[in-house]
Amino acid sequence: MSAPQNNNQSNNPSKFIKGETGDWEIVIGMEVHAQVLSKSKLFSGASTEFGAEPNAQVSFIDAGMPGMLPVINGKCVEQAVRTGLGLKAKINLWSIFDRKNYFYPDLPQGYQISQYKNPIVGEGEVTIDLKDGESRLVGIERLHLEQDAGKSLHDQHPDSSYVDLNRSGIALMEIVTKPDMRSSDEAAAFLRKLRAIVRYLGTCDGNMDEGSMRADVNVSVRKPGGPLGTRCEIKNVNSMRFIAQAVEYEARRQVEILENGGTIRQETRLFDSRQGETRSMRSKEEAHDYRYFPDPDLLPLELDAGWVAEIEKSLPELPDEKKSRFMAMGLSAYDASVLVAERDLADYYEELAKGVDAKAAANWLNNEILGRLNRDGLSILQAPVSAAANNAIVAMIADKTISGKIAKDLLDIVWSEGGDPRAVVDKRGLRQVTDTGAIDAAIERVIAANPDKVEDVKAKPKLAAWFVGQVMKETGGKASPTVVNAALKQRLNLPD
Amino acid sequence: MSETVPMTLAEARDALKAKKISSTELTSAFVRAQEQSRSLNAFVTETPDRALAMAKASDARLARGERKPLEGLPLAIKDLFCTKGVKTTAGSNILGNFVPPYESTVTQNLWNAGAVMLGKTNMDEFALGASNETSASGPVFNPWRAKNSNANLVPGGSSGGSAASVAGDLCLAATGTDTGGSIRQPAAVTGTVGLKPTYGRCSRFGIVAFASSLDQAGPMTKTVRDAAILLGQMASVDPRDSTSVDIAVPDYEKQLEGGIRGLKVGIPKEYRIDGMPADIGKLWETGADWLKAQGAEIVEVSLPHTKYALPTYYIVAPAEASSNLARYDGVRFGHRASNARDITDLYEKSRAEGFGAEVQRRILIGTYVLSAGYYDAYYARAQKLRTLIKRDFDKAFERCDVLLTPATPGPAFGVGEKTDDPVSMYLNDVFTVTVNLAGLPGLSVPAGLTDNGLPLGLQLIGKAFDEGTVLRTGLALEEAAQFRHKPANWWRAA
Repeated sequence: MSAPQNNNQSNNPSKFIKGETGDWEIVIGMEVHAQVLSKSKLFSGASTEFGAEPNAQVSFIDAGMPGMLPVINGKCVEQAVRTGLGLKAKINLWSIFDRKNYFYPDLPQGYQISQYKNPIVGEGEVTIDLKDGESRLVGIERLHLEQDAGKSLHDQHPDSSYVDLNRSGIALMEIVTKPDMRSSDEAAAFLRKLRAIVRYLGTCDGNMDEGSMRADVNVSVRKPGGPLGTRCEIKNVNSMRFIAQAVEYEARRQVEILENGGTIRQETRLFDSRQGETRSMRSKEEAHDYRYFPDPDLLPLELDAGWVAEIEKSLPELPDEKKSRFMAMGLSAYDASVLVAERDLADYYEELAKGVDAKAAANWLNNEILGRLNRDGLSILQAPVSAAANNAIVAMIADKTISGKIAKDLLDIVWSEGGDPRAVVDKRGLRQVTDTGAIDAAIERVIAANPDKVEDVKAKPKLAAWFVGQVMKETGGKASPTVVNAALKQRLNLPD
Repeated sequence: MSETVPMTLAEARDALKAKKISSTELTSAFVRAQEQSRSLNAFVTETPDRALAMAKASDARLARGERKPLEGLPLAIKDLFCTKGVKTTAGSNILGNFVPPYESTVTQNLWNAGAVMLGKTNMDEFALGASNETSASGPVFNPWRAKNSNANLVPGGSSGGSAASVAGDLCLAATGTDTGGSIRQPAAVTGTVGLKPTYGRCSRFGIVAFASSLDQAGPMTKTVRDAAILLGQMASVDPRDSTSVDIAVPDYEKQLEGGIRGLKVGIPKEYRIDGMPADIGKLWETGADWLKAQGAEIVEVSLPHTKYALPTYYIVAPAEASSNLARYDGVRFGHRASNARDITDLYEKSRAEGFGAEVQRRILIGTYVLSAGYYDAYYARAQKLRTLIKRDFDKAFERCDVLLTPATPGPAFGVGEKTDDPVSMYLNDVFTVTVNLAGLPGLSVPAGLTDNGLPLGLQLIGKAFDEGTVLRTGLALEEAAQFRHKPANWWRAA
């Protein structure tokens, strides 16, 4: 595997948009809001649990009551540092919380506590895995901690709006990338990878349906290798699929404007998932003046280098390291990256692959287990057959105790009925027949019953497969296909 | 009991200890004094029932032989402190009938120490003012009047109600808050003692915020000893305030002992401002002589950036206020305008109706200095100046232990005299704002009267967390000044 390249430069022309005036390159940067996994909020002790009754998890601090003061939640700081380390980023031992001032009903304090000029995490990088097995680097600009706002509810009453402050004050990590992505696939791959990393780290559950992870996508287009174009920010794109759609739509919209002699207006746009299009929300001129200034209620956040080092030591093996290890075990880059995408899947695979051929184990997992899970709508954690049981099945294929075909039947049996695969093989007599005497007898029976075919096979050697099938049927599927093949070739005088 | 209770906190404490009086008797007398003194407008909310219930509980504890540090002692609380179940207005209409469901740390400390709450005192709206005239509840009148005059004077501000209630013997002592001089300036012009502690000494939790990096609660009392006693109970280390400093609270009353022999008292030459009234300059010199006579060494020091303090303050404080006051938007509590067309209209109407002119002025200034394109020219430069002002003090304190300055540029002025001239009003804080910008402790001690009989104060400024030295020097000043003057009781209703 070659080292992944940073793609500031123009790259794969196959990703270019073909316009009337030639090729256009898409340039994408992202701002991802990831909700910190913690029991309580960034500056208050209120619970962060999802799905509570409106306004059930609101402290006086979250409600912006007079005289209330924020106190930083150490767990959230630790999670931000852990994430920064997972993004191979610089941890800033000194950072500042600022107030971002604006009026909105779901913003009780009249300002959001965020980090502006001095974030807790600086530059880092993420390796993204593309479908062709290629890897690329996406630069991380920064990560900072900030409070989430509440939620305005406009559909509860004909002429009033309601406000739910349960989310108000929950800790978010805003992760900002450099404009390093060049296609919708790369954007989706980045978000997938980021999600995998934070889930491995246990710092964000990555649940996009519940809003635990939301992305704003900056899109611009340019002539390949030319200067950067004016960008538009697409707000709150909340699924992997929508990201690809939003980027594709927005890039084509911009190309069309430019090719018709127009210019791109820097603006914030909203993705409408129903129409599959982006629409203008507000222009740069209408943008808020947030009047950022350091929050005087909070001291600068100073971290101890030793504490950061302790956190670094406690990091789990991350997807990239795991992928390298899986590849060293013999997996292709593609297989390895699929397996490491989810920690649970990777863990399952590792147990499944113990002491057996890595590739065979990966194929078994991809072709047999994932297919059945998908069919039954189950996650890997809900798999009815354990990784250890599957390991036994793969081992039995490898030592020729059972054939591949019998193995699939065996999996179906233990999938629905449970049981130890080895015991089931013994009990049901599924053991593969390698006894040449029994196989020879079966061959003789098939030849005796089909003399015409014996004549035909001499002219059409492809008929050999038919003979193999008949012999397998004769042995109830338990004969070793390899042995049957060899014996038939000899008996019928077929060329190798 | 007589109608007035001219006792100090320490005297009342000792009388209770000696069982010469009960807390209920003491409290009843103050409740009567409150009722008879409504013409001063010192209280926004009187809480006689609560006061008497607290007094009764104190008497019960005293009867059981339990005695907490402030057991049974009636206090007045500035209406900026949130008090659970008791309306808290911060002097503003925008808070409407807001009743906090929580208690500020400072007041909780006082109740834990056995103190009795008489009520909430009037103040400038959100503590923005130096005359108590911006209050939504109307001005407070200074118990003091000039010789041969019936003109009403302001009690200073923003803790004007607390100062007037201490000066008029409507309580034993009061709490105040000080962002640019709001404890020391009213104390000086009402002949009382006011201490702004080191930033971080008293918790800000539950105190309605004006300028978070400058706000600090402190005692307003009749004597320096009382200030030491009250500060000892107000101060605490509070995990709910990130700017609270983790230094143990010493026994300030004990630290009053020992005298000032050998103490180096700095006289900052830059405080001799142009146009300073002669009696202020003279009092300042007299104060230095008094300290010298008690064995202190007087040294001249320089605080070269003093002239930038007021402009710096009037950038930093409004900037923080503009953000702190954003939460008063009519959405969740307080005043909400009726007939708003949409959310923006609701904000604009509620805030226009709820905030007074001075608050609106400061919000505008604060919003302006933080705006894109102006931030570097104003806010960022003010922060740099703040650092230089702090450094001035650090350097000065290499040469001395405490600084002596005037507390105010003049005595109490007439009600309405400066309301149309905000800059002249802002100048009242010229000697006090530097202390807030540097986060240091400052004490105002009554030291004399003007020719026409109005009180003047001197200010002592100490090193961070060295309230002990400040108070000990204050006691020396107090003893030398022998300030025994009391305002003539013109306000009491029959």
